[in-house]
Amino acid sequence: MLGKLTWDAIPLSQPVPLIASGVVGLVILGVLSWIVFGGHLPYLWREWITSVDHKRIGVMYCILALVMLIRGFSDAILMRSQQALAYQSPGYLPPEHYDQIFSAHGTIMIFFGAMPFIIGLMNFVVPLQLGVRDVAFPTLNSVSFWLTATGALLVNVSLVIGEFARTGWWPSPPLSEITYSPGVGVDYYLWAIQISGVGTLMSGVNLVTTILKMRAPGMSYLRMPMFCWTSLASNLLIVAAFPILTATLAMLILDRYLGFHFFTDEAGGNSMMFMNLFWAWGHPEVYILALPAYGIFSEVISTFSGKPLFAYRSMVGATMAIFVLAFMVWLHHFFTMGAGGDVNGIFAVTSMIIAVPTGVKIFDWLFTMYGGRIRLTTPMLWSLAFMITFVVGGATGVLLAIPTADFVLHNSMFLVAHFHNVMVSAVLFGAFAGYTYWFPKAFGFRLDEWWGKTAFWFSVAGYVIVFTPFYVLGLMGMTRRMQHYDVDGWRPWILIAGFGVIVMLVGVICQIVQLVVSIRRRESLRDVTGDPWDGRSLEWATSSPPPVFNFAVMPRVEGEEAYWAIKQRAREQARLRDEPDYEPVEMPLNSPTGFICAFFSTLIGFAMIWHIWWLALVGLAGAFATFVVFAWRDRVEYEIPAASVARINRANRATRAQALEHAERRAA
Amino acid sequence: MTDALALQPQARVRTDPNHLGHHARAGEGHAKATGRGTGGPSSKRIIVGYGFWIFLLSDIVMFAAFFSAYAVLQTGTAGGPTGAELFDLQNVALETGFLLISSFVCGVAGLALAAKRHLIFQAGMALTFLFGAAFLLLEAREFLDLVDRGAGPTRSAFLSAFFTLVGCHGLHVSAGLLWLLTMMAQVATKGIRPEILRRVLCFSLFWHALDIVWVAVFTVVYLMGSIA
Repeated sequence: MLGKLTWDAIPLSQPVPLIASGVVGLVILGVLSWIVFGGHLPYLWREWITSVDHKRIGVMYCILALVMLIRGFSDAILMRSQQALAYQSPGYLPPEHYDQIFSAHGTIMIFFGAMPFIIGLMNFVVPLQLGVRDVAFPTLNSVSFWLTATGALLVNVSLVIGEFARTGWWPSPPLSEITYSPGVGVDYYLWAIQISGVGTLMSGVNLVTTILKMRAPGMSYLRMPMFCWTSLASNLLIVAAFPILTATLAMLILDRYLGFHFFTDEAGGNSMMFMNLFWAWGHPEVYILALPAYGIFSEVISTFSGKPLFAYRSMVGATMAIFVLAFMVWLHHFFTMGAGGDVNGIFAVTSMIIAVPTGVKIFDWLFTMYGGRIRLTTPMLWSLAFMITFVVGGATGVLLAIPTADFVLHNSMFLVAHFHNVMVSAVLFGAFAGYTYWFPKAFGFRLDEWWGKTAFWFSVAGYVIVFTPFYVLGLMGMTRRMQHYDVDGWRPWILIAGFGVIVMLVGVICQIVQLVVSIRRRESLRDVTGDPWDGRSLEWATSSPPPVFNFAVMPRVEGEEAYWAIKQRAREQARLRDEPDYEPVEMPLNSPTGFICAFFSTLIGFAMIWHIWWLALVGLAGAFATFVVFAWRDRVEYEIPAASVARINRANRATRAQALEHAERRAA
Repeated sequence: MTDALALQPQARVRTDPNHLGHHARAGEGHAKATGRGTGGPSSKRIIVGYGFWIFLLSDIVMFAAFFSAYAVLQTGTAGGPTGAELFDLQNVALETGFLLISSFVCGVAGLALAAKRHLIFQAGMALTFLFGAAFLLLEAREFLDLVDRGAGPTRSAFLSAFFTLVGCHGLHVSAGLLWLLTMMAQVATKGIRPEILRRVLCFSLFWHALDIVWVAVFTVVYLMGSIA
């Protein structure tokens, strides 16, 4: 009846996960009861859960990411403290638990921390920057988000019911095969990633279509803001790379569930094929995350230098070059496979070539700042820290791309230092820069600068203190994922890294405090005009937060930096443009389809993990029924009357006219 | 800070002397057509069709992964039967014929819908279903026969890859049949509306794409497998 699920699945004998999950459970219960008994459920259901508005969905993606980043970070604290204690001693985390922690840390940080953060920002910003009202497929967008949330839920359920994978965040066979990992841990990984992967793919299709087919009149390709370009490249990579992951994990599922022989060591299977397929997705994935972050830095640096992006076209070229090269380097993740000198040599060269377009980008950012009037706001600080630390990470990457060096450094702490050095500085710093930069657009008030800067300094300091020792440890021969160690010389460096994670924790706490303080002081941080940073692209042309339809009339784009041109003209003529003729706006109706789909997907995922076949069938039938019911809807849109559109837009025009007047008086 | 427009004067900012990397008249050479260049967003029909094309491309990438796995594992027969010993080309020819005919009648159904000929549309879709289902039956028979002969997917890596690749195509066809029935019911109950037309368009794209994949399966798996 319940497949493999019994009471033994709950880890009553292990205090750490039990206490952790107990606390999390209590928090969730508290929040849920506050929502239900506080009467917030109807609002939440109406305005958020069933929303198909790209802005709301983007915000929900970011909230999911922030929560998961905290989960991933607490795994990091556990790992650092275990290693700090485990010198000639077993520490406090037994190996089978420690292995789950590092696997969960990687899985959560990549799939449920970084990915939703980046996708959330793209979701929120791209339609606004393109000057359109929503993404191409609004309901599909909601489905994508909820499928991602399903994946995150399944990974976290593994904390209480059963176990998580002990194989690392890429479950390499034969270790991940049923013979060597008979538990449900790997299955949790597989189904969580499969389900959220479908969501990511759908979101990629959605954003590619949006960018290529839905832009405001006049917004030709070479007038798109840089963030739209990098989002386009990133989503094209999603469309081209995620299906490989789906296929690869499907093969592993077939091996584990039905006794197939894709990656087994017997009956002709080939475990290295897993590595090739996995990294054929895995390396593009790095750029799926990093490219939008580059776009964020481009926007932030240009805005806060008060200058157009230097060499816009070469930046577009560099972005698309990285997009192509992303698929040509996967083998550098396993030079030690033994493919021979020629193959390794070619992949070494292609890996190093990626440094060229990346270098172009760095110089473009530097020259954008050169001669500009630089404002050192929090987003700008994140961008500057990125440029410095990322160059170090990139340089060690080029080092690792030399196969002979890689044979020594492979699987060592040096590698761990390298990829954290690039991923954290590009993706997380970028995400935080974007979060601070676009927060006022999303909520109508800015984040507190003092707390933002404090959070920045602690986070960056902690990050440098944690990961720099890793380079040294790697060169001293320490391999990754060690549960305990006996080498005297490593100890001081591991302790320094342990101290660094405490500094980073202060940074994380400052981030949370920043959010709380900003919400409490929102009146004094209010963004009245909708253009708090003197921005240059179209998202700043509308109010903060934008109305549900984004733009009262679709803006006409006449050059690069669409909003800057509009603003300049207003300044020159000392007046806003003439009021447009307002027309009624058609907007898509909210739909619970995404949430219901996710409900059934959770059933399917959980049922498959625990071999509860009937429940999986119920889930499948439910998902199909949802599809049919959705297809039979008769009303799909509602109309916002012209009068309401006019009222909303006039309010924003009034504040802008006021600001313009104020500026003139100051100039005079 | 809220007063952004007060951040004047801009004159002191040093700009690129040559406005490097910025085309003075960027974008003006583009077509005025909607969806690209300067024409504004495309029509709903183009957006939906285009989005579905992108999805199909991703689906083809997934098939490509299964194809490459098959290519790698083709020789991993583990002492078991090879493709040349197992494949019945006559059966495969029949399957191919059924699938191609179903694609043809599916195209006819699409044309009929565009011409608002209800009956022909429904008949065309019904025929598409029948030929698709016949294809699936033949495939199922082939699979069962192989398992009976001790050549199931657990026998060797080659057979794992074979069953997965061909089975994945079969699963797509099955999902297509479900979708097909849904579309017949939608046209019958809701009549010909723009959104229904768009869905039928997507369905026929899907159905034809499955044909393309099948042509690759037929060539790479069956023909080349039989020769080797």
